[in-house]
Amino acid sequence: MKNLKTGSNLEKVFESGNFAVTAELGPPKSIDAEIIRKKAGYLRGYVDAVNITDNQTAIVRMSSIAAGLLAIKEGLEPIIQITCRDRNRIAIQSDVLGASALGIKNILALSGDHQKFGNHPGTKNVFDIDSIQLIGILSEMRDKKIFQNGEEIKNSKNAPPAAPEIYIGGAANPFGDPLEFRPVRLAKKINAGADFIQTQCIYDMERFSLWMEKIRERGLHTKIKIMAGVTPLKSAGMARYMRDSVAGLTIPDYYIERLSKAEDPVSEGLAICVEQILELKKIEGLSGIHIMAIEWERKVPEIVDAAGLYPRPEV
Amino acid sequence: MITAVQKPFEEIYQNIKGIEKLLVLGCGSCVTVCMAGGEKEVEILSSSIRLANRQNGLSMEVAEGTIERQCDREFFDSAKKMIDEADAVISMACGVGVQFLAEEFKGKVVFPALNTKFYGATDEQGVWSERCAGCGDCKLTDFGGICPVARCSKSLMNGPCGGSSEGMCEVDPETTPCGWQLIFDRMKELGQLEKLEKTHPPVDWSSGRDGGPGRIIREDVKL
Repeated sequence: MKNLKTGSNLEKVFESGNFAVTAELGPPKSIDAEIIRKKAGYLRGYVDAVNITDNQTAIVRMSSIAAGLLAIKEGLEPIIQITCRDRNRIAIQSDVLGASALGIKNILALSGDHQKFGNHPGTKNVFDIDSIQLIGILSEMRDKKIFQNGEEIKNSKNAPPAAPEIYIGGAANPFGDPLEFRPVRLAKKINAGADFIQTQCIYDMERFSLWMEKIRERGLHTKIKIMAGVTPLKSAGMARYMRDSVAGLTIPDYYIERLSKAEDPVSEGLAICVEQILELKKIEGLSGIHIMAIEWERKVPEIVDAAGLYPRPEV
Repeated sequence: MITAVQKPFEEIYQNIKGIEKLLVLGCGSCVTVCMAGGEKEVEILSSSIRLANRQNGLSMEVAEGTIERQCDREFFDSAKKMIDEADAVISMACGVGVQFLAEEFKGKVVFPALNTKFYGATDEQGVWSERCAGCGDCKLTDFGGICPVARCSKSLMNGPCGGSSEGMCEVDPETTPCGWQLIFDRMKELGQLEKLEKTHPPVDWSSGRDGGPGRIIREDVKL
């Protein structure tokens, strides 16, 4: 394995040439740590790392760093999500120091869902920096051992620098408009120092393949590990709801038809998800799969197993 | 211009309970253009107050006036007598005018009639939208004359988030265009798309509101 940037298991999985698997673990809307333990129990052994969301859809939940620490205790490697919605560069850098000191090795930088969609729509957003600038800050904290202001990360003048070693992730939405600009945005994330990206959940395989083509044309797939996002559909109703309410998300009619005709839509949804993964695995330039089973973590092992991705490599 | 909309009548009326001599004072600049606080609106609000007073059996003297600007000291001269005579003034200016009036006439009770909204332009009769966030360090050169700070819901400096769909912003898909779609289209039109490949570093917000209340001092024009 070539020189690793961090001690992240996810990095090792990628660098040893394996097809990586990550999933998502949404923290509870309370102090109920048992929920994290339960979800971690489903995922342990079936994923290389797990995304801990940061107040996703702008709904107040347990902090991603706290939930990440609980996940570590349960034997999972967390990928802490940090959005730019709620914290400025002071708070974010402070949290990065804290997360790193607690043993967190992966951070995924996001703009963050607008507060309008959450349960505190009257709040003030921050957006001091954007996700690309956040990636830049994380990579400078790691590689140059400096804060955004250029100061060295050390406790006193004569102390040695003590900087976070973070494997840096970003997100990409292959279906967001303007389509032509999406590869540019990914290139900016790469230039800023992102090591891996996870995509928005994919249903329109044709459009995704076209996006990957654009990515390969620019040679971007050789500069960053790309993980394709999938979300198993539970029913035709859920599929229609997602199609109609999530900006930029398209779900082809044939999937919706299959779900509405199926005797057991749940099994059909899982089968579709597995088929997608098998198809995605064949696409040149993809390095892994990210399974976003929203409040359905217990189904992840079944999907990973059926897609031939179990057991996960020991690296 | 600074845009504003009138507060609900009930809220305005609530404030003036017990006042005997009221002045409704309009502003002849921005809020006249955006049809919120000019001479015409002063007339309508004053009539509404008189009508409500009649219905409630209240006797209140309601005087009307409009000055050129409520954000420039010199224009208050023409209204000084009216303001002095009133127990309270409802200012139909933007938040700047309301405050300046209160500062100039110490001891005078001043109420706002408007909610000040943003620096905007008239899209069409009856429709105004935001253009500038007053960040204090104009970045329009890099974005083809369209401001990501003001026109992107998240003030993103390096491109659109995933919520840009068919030209619209997911925060308000019915009426608000995605600022980044506008920037992209404009740069394409100008043949300058390559300019958008540049990564913009974190913004220094201290030139705007985050540097504390703004102040401009021009020694060259001071008297």
